[in-house]
Amino acid sequence: MATNAPTVPARNPAKSFQDMILALHDFWSANGCLILQPYDMRMGAGTFHTATTLRALGPEPWNAAFVQPCRRPTDGRYGENPNRLQHYYQYQVILKPSPPDIQDLYLKSLEVIGIDPLKHDIRFVEDDWESPTLGAWGLGWEVWCDGMEVTQFTYFQQMGGFDCKPVAGELTYGLERLAMYIQGVDNVYDLDFNGRGVSYGEVFLENEKQMSKWNFEVADTDALFDLFNKAEAECKNALENQVPIAAYEQAVEASHIFNLLQARGVISVQERASYMARVRDLARGSCEAHMEKEAPIWAEKYPEWSK
Amino acid sequence: MSADFLLELRSEEIPARMQAGARAELVKLFRREMDSAGVSVGDVTVWSTPRRLALIARSLPLETEAVSEEAKGPPEGAPDQAVDGFCRKNGVTRDQLEVRDVKGRSTYFAVIETPGRAVKDVLTDAIAAIIRDFSWPKSMRWGDASISTESLRWVRPLSGIVALLDDQIIECEAHGVTSGAVTLGHRFHHSGDITIGNAGDYAVKLRAGHVIVDHEERQAIIRSGAAKAAADAGLDLVEDEGLVIENAGLTEWPVPLLGRFEDDFLEVPPETIQLTARVNQKYFVCEKDGKLANAFICTSNIDAEDPAVVIDGNRKVLAARLSDAKFFWDVDRKKSLAKHAQGLERITFHEKLGTVADKVDRVAKLARWLVEEGIVKDADPDMTEQAARLCKADLVTEMVGEFPELQGLMGGYYARAEGLPDAVADAIRDHYKPIGQGDDVPTAPVTVAVSLADKLDTLSGFFAMGDMPTGSKDPFALRRAALGVIRLLMANTVRIKLHDAELFIINNLLAHYRIDDAIHRRRDVYDWIGEVADIKPKGFKGNYALAEIRGEVEAPLDVGYMYDLLDFFADRLKVQQREAGVRHDLIDAVFALGGEDDLVGLLARVHALQAFMGTEDGTNLLAGYKRAANILKKEGWDANGEPPHTGEEDPLSQVDDPAMKEVVEAQLDAAKKKSLSYAPEAAEKALIEALDEAAPKAAASIRAEDFEGAMTALATLRAPIDAFFGEVTVNDDDPAKRKARLDLLSRFRNAVQQVADFSKIEG
Repeated sequence: MATNAPTVPARNPAKSFQDMILALHDFWSANGCLILQPYDMRMGAGTFHTATTLRALGPEPWNAAFVQPCRRPTDGRYGENPNRLQHYYQYQVILKPSPPDIQDLYLKSLEVIGIDPLKHDIRFVEDDWESPTLGAWGLGWEVWCDGMEVTQFTYFQQMGGFDCKPVAGELTYGLERLAMYIQGVDNVYDLDFNGRGVSYGEVFLENEKQMSKWNFEVADTDALFDLFNKAEAECKNALENQVPIAAYEQAVEASHIFNLLQARGVISVQERASYMARVRDLARGSCEAHMEKEAPIWAEKYPEWSK
Repeated sequence: MSADFLLELRSEEIPARMQAGARAELVKLFRREMDSAGVSVGDVTVWSTPRRLALIARSLPLETEAVSEEAKGPPEGAPDQAVDGFCRKNGVTRDQLEVRDVKGRSTYFAVIETPGRAVKDVLTDAIAAIIRDFSWPKSMRWGDASISTESLRWVRPLSGIVALLDDQIIECEAHGVTSGAVTLGHRFHHSGDITIGNAGDYAVKLRAGHVIVDHEERQAIIRSGAAKAAADAGLDLVEDEGLVIENAGLTEWPVPLLGRFEDDFLEVPPETIQLTARVNQKYFVCEKDGKLANAFICTSNIDAEDPAVVIDGNRKVLAARLSDAKFFWDVDRKKSLAKHAQGLERITFHEKLGTVADKVDRVAKLARWLVEEGIVKDADPDMTEQAARLCKADLVTEMVGEFPELQGLMGGYYARAEGLPDAVADAIRDHYKPIGQGDDVPTAPVTVAVSLADKLDTLSGFFAMGDMPTGSKDPFALRRAALGVIRLLMANTVRIKLHDAELFIINNLLAHYRIDDAIHRRRDVYDWIGEVADIKPKGFKGNYALAEIRGEVEAPLDVGYMYDLLDFFADRLKVQQREAGVRHDLIDAVFALGGEDDLVGLLARVHALQAFMGTEDGTNLLAGYKRAANILKKEGWDANGEPPHTGEEDPLSQVDDPAMKEVVEAQLDAAKKKSLSYAPEAAEKALIEALDEAAPKAAASIRAEDFEGAMTALATLRAPIDAFFGEVTVNDDDPAKRKARLDLLSRFRNAVQQVADFSKIEG
């Protein structure tokens, strides 16, 4: 008698937000990526995940894919805007060194989630990326699908002020946008989350309302200023004790607190630049310390590599 | 025997804006390589798509010609060092040198024989050099090789090279990419390799692979396709050549498609729709009966199975952007501009110059002053002040926050929407003008006043802070502002004493200036501004000038900047006038006089001078002037002659005052005339009389700003000065005669100098 193994239905990304994510996981897993889980901190973009920033440094190959929840406090609209959210998901793929067929791989991943390039007009439109906060930049494109930006595609050239050797290719899919497109809905809250009628709104609308209110109106600004200073101090403490990953986490924390302060409107234009410089110093300092710590090991394993 | 060469460099998508430059670079480097190898090149065709750069050179020779070159070296017997150096330089050994006789000396010669090379070998080297030396505005590393920063850089990863001389592959390799005959077609419409036979079938085979490799052909398709799509819908395309080129750079198989958006969006100002369609989405827009229609044209890169799907997707994206715009338009109009303007208090204009609200206050006062002083004529002072007070209000509107390019324009729309007078709305809309070189210069009086006030305040403010442009750095676009002022003054014949305006502005600036911001301490500030009594920083009570002189407080501002600012205007005027064909030495000659700060007056004088210098009288008078000046210089007769005592302690102390200058000179002249102790020679007498007549005439003409008249008066001096030099000995043995004649020359020089500093004039 054959074993009665449970059967798993095929993915249906055209009808289900979660199936779209799972289909991407299947695809990138089959193409050699580690499937990681989100970083357990509040951050503004998937790029902040250590699997992207810190792994972009050094010579070791690294291929990973993950979903990262992103917090953009100033983008909150109390759940009233059809496509602006203070919390949303990015799908990140990082491939180091960038493989020669990276564009083809990416286009196949679109087909996997139901975007046929003979039905939809897919274009690579120049869009370079720069994050002064991370001391990072790269060249690449925003990928258009029928005029809509669905992915940011970047070849990292520098991270933390260091040349990327080798260069990593980074793909960042805006998941809600893509899903809205694939499912043909005009309002993010109408997305079918599971293909069985649970909507994105049922999952997140109340969060958006409350978090928008908190971000803009409620959060105790004195406490936030205090948190910022504490994160900064802790970052320095970690750096002094040669634990750069811990330091980097505090830089990420400071960056998010800064975004919250911005949303509360308590940072003046003049102060803004100085806060940004402080965050940048923390992030760069952490990257530098990480580099310092790992460089001897990397150089030994990869003689052709140098800092 | 000749052959056609094809080179295709395939890469991931090249930014549209870089393709024209890349084509030029490819041709330049190819020609450079061929020239240096001695290969003659005829016509070169170059094409680009997002994914490839291609070059075709027809009728290349198969071999380069053998070349024999000789180099002459040191003579026989020269030090070894010199001979060895010569050998090294020419790549020969000592025993290869030939000895020849050069003017009786045995001299070494190096004979360098360069045999003919196969052009295919030349091309192999050339391709490597082209790829290595190619200059992109921005380039990157990629892939495995990027573990070293020495790896190849290209605009995006280089993925293939096709190199064919007729049907023969030119072997080469770059960054692991080897050349061949194989390329790829359209990313989606063609799968598999395309093998190119030779330069002749390249474009044909690519076309079969759904790639139109000739960018001009793609541009033509987009141009005519968009026009046809519009016409089929009964609309007129709003032509936009920049968009044509950009879309041709984004597609290999362009297909223009027309879509519609909801009529409701047409309520928002058409510029907003056009801007978001163009900049964000690269869409064309259409008109119906001269008004914007609810249609857009996107350029797809595929022959879509169902174009309606592509159009609908694009429509949604545009709709999302337009609904943002409409939302902004609705929200912004819920508040009056005056209410919006209150928000300017929160925006810093410049750390030391206060908020934008402070700036607006200064601009409003200055604009009103310009009108009330009659400097800008025919403007209503109340309307002018109102326009100035509202001119920056749109900076804090949602719409301008999203589309900064619409500053001014949106303010104009909002002003009209709330029922403000047209003159006010127009001034708000146009007060940034003129911006670019081809930009219209405002002529409506209220607009002129606000525009001038805005620019003068900005210039004065930054100069006062010491933030003037240096070299190529001009972060606050002050050069553009100065040029804008000049063009406004010229176009509207606005007569303004810039010094006076600056006096007004500095009072204004100080009102927003805090004592602790004091940057410089300069006593002569108050010497310069003299009786301007109420100069004091915000919050200071009493006579600040007095307190400063007593050393009780620091000078709040270094007013010395005003001289720099006037020089800056002079430089801008020179640049602008040079472009308009006015001789820069004539501008220098007029500026060198100093004291004149009315640019319109200055320029009228320059123009009259240029006309005069084009006449025979002008050139001869200049010759006479130079001769006189040389003699005076040689004799050490100082620039002002020897001014006799006139009763003033320092007779020249007030020469900067035009009125005083005449008095002083009249006294000088009178003193000189009377002191003649001998009978003058005929030519000498004639010159004296001519000067007596011409000098006051010229002075009077200048006063009346009749510069042509002044030139005519000076022209009468030409014959007498020529005769004087011909017949009279200046350096007479009699010291009295010598002195009198040098004085006479000095008088002549001074008379001419009234119009311009002729020593600056070339020729």
